[in-house]
Amino acid sequence: MIKVLNPGLATSVQDMGRHGYYHLGIPQSGGMDQLALQAANLLVGNPADAAVLEATFMGPELEFTADTVVAVTGAALTPKVDGDAQENWHSFPVKAGQVLSFDYLKGGARAYIAVAGGIDVPIVLGSRSTYALGALGGFKGRPIAVGDEIPVGKASGTAGRTLDASLRRAPASPAEIRVLPGIYWHWVTDESGARFYADTWKVAPEADRIGYRFRGGEPIQFTERERPFGAGSDPSNIVDGCYPYGSIQVPGGTEPIILHRDAVSGGGYFMLGTVISADMDLIGQMQPHTPTRFVKVTMDQALQARADRMALIGKIKDALG
Amino acid sequence: MESRYTFGGDEHVFCEVDTEMSLEAFFKSLSMTNAIRESQIRGVTEICPANASFQVRFDPDIIKPDDMLAEIRKLEVQAENADATMDTRIVEVPVLYNDPWTHETLMRFRERHQDPTGTDLDYSARINGYGTVDDFIAAHSGSPWFVSMVGFVAGLPFLYQTVERQKQIEVPKYLRPRTDTPKLTVGYGGCFSCIYSVRGAGGYQMFGVTPMPIFDPQQQINYLRDFMIFFKPGDLVKFTPIDRDTYDAAVEAVDANTFEPKIRDVRFSLDEFNADADACNAKLEGALK
Repeated sequence: MIKVLNPGLATSVQDMGRHGYYHLGIPQSGGMDQLALQAANLLVGNPADAAVLEATFMGPELEFTADTVVAVTGAALTPKVDGDAQENWHSFPVKAGQVLSFDYLKGGARAYIAVAGGIDVPIVLGSRSTYALGALGGFKGRPIAVGDEIPVGKASGTAGRTLDASLRRAPASPAEIRVLPGIYWHWVTDESGARFYADTWKVAPEADRIGYRFRGGEPIQFTERERPFGAGSDPSNIVDGCYPYGSIQVPGGTEPIILHRDAVSGGGYFMLGTVISADMDLIGQMQPHTPTRFVKVTMDQALQARADRMALIGKIKDALG
Repeated sequence: MESRYTFGGDEHVFCEVDTEMSLEAFFKSLSMTNAIRESQIRGVTEICPANASFQVRFDPDIIKPDDMLAEIRKLEVQAENADATMDTRIVEVPVLYNDPWTHETLMRFRERHQDPTGTDLDYSARINGYGTVDDFIAAHSGSPWFVSMVGFVAGLPFLYQTVERQKQIEVPKYLRPRTDTPKLTVGYGGCFSCIYSVRGAGGYQMFGVTPMPIFDPQQQINYLRDFMIFFKPGDLVKFTPIDRDTYDAAVEAVDANTFEPKIRDVRFSLDEFNADADACNAKLEGALK
């Protein structure tokens, strides 16, 4: 069991996600950076898809009631055991009664804290992931809080393993996020579309598990169209439809929002394209104010990037399996 | 009505059945998603029907995006020729219109509204040509609604009224979304009503609240024990105006876990509706009497 002495800023239980309920408004949830989540699990000897703690911007303070093995991946939040600094992307032992705490954030946005045996909260609709908006899954359907006692599965774990730096992935600076244009891209004028890719945007403070908002680029210019019945009065409105994961909506044409793991499943704003699946991990590691460029790709390039990411995860599994 | 297909990244096919809302577009979207589910195309992971569009998520490691798109397109002719008749259920949803909780909330966010001097009901009645709020409520509760989509957040139904186009209520969304909406608020935006399943952000005009929970992640409420979400696309809803005493009694019944929604099986035929909407609606509502 883990006792929460300090929860950090927004720390929740996450795994690979909950699939098959998006048509009823329940998003997939799960770790924002799925590569780092899987690496953390493999480092301590868990199955890659075990539940972990995802800590955002700031680490929690946790007391362990039994001997175990821990690994922290993703954001550069240096873990400390009773004050002794440990390496990131490395599995280390923690004894009963010891306290895991963290240094301040030096890079990235989300750290994945894997514990041997996995976080053992009940499975809800096929997953242990937290969907806070729906008070579903995770620890009592919410981020962890002071005084929580979080159950951990039984396993001895493997300490002393490190993931080679060449097998880690983090956003570049400026971040480059690859986009397949589509959905309602044809509503955007050619000139405005070119500006969307040319501008350098910045992650807004409103960036969370639901979506990442961006500021700093030119507002979208729309082509002349008749307003369809039922869509609403703004030129950015559609008849409410589904929102793909990773889709980029631009309410009012001003600030693009990329929907992420806790996405709202639908609504009335047009989308100009979708971030390719291979780059969703990177968004999870972007802090507010990160300069960002959107890079247009084709479906073939999207599929190649997807294959490259899968190959990288394959190498991680080989290295730690 | 010509469907337009496009990809949402490397994992989604997005299909806009029509740019504008209509019962025909909704029926086609639902027929398409049913046909996709039945055809069991390999690699499909999620099928999401919406008001006048739908989305299919797939695994491109199992099926190539172009092949996925071709498989879905094949089903379009079949969906177009599908019998526009639906065996479904009609559910009575009691509503306390003009309630104190949405009133407090709409006053708190007045500077985000088109008309800061009135209420959401005043504004919506006026721009839709109704003389009084009571007349407007009579229209909103006067004919049934189709659940045309479930989403935004867990279990939230979008509802489209079964009346002729010229009788459809249309209202804009708030100028800037609110950060708060009471749980179980009956809202309105574009041509859709909705019921907010949970408390949270929202941009729809607020008309009232229902005492009837529609989402229970704990699955404690008697009629949500089998599944935590009440509504699915294709359900019919009849809003029934209630007074404060009836509302309080219903809340007490919900708390005691003795509240049972009134539900009846019905058949809806799009041809019958198009031939005589009033007669079709009278038959549907008659099932609840």
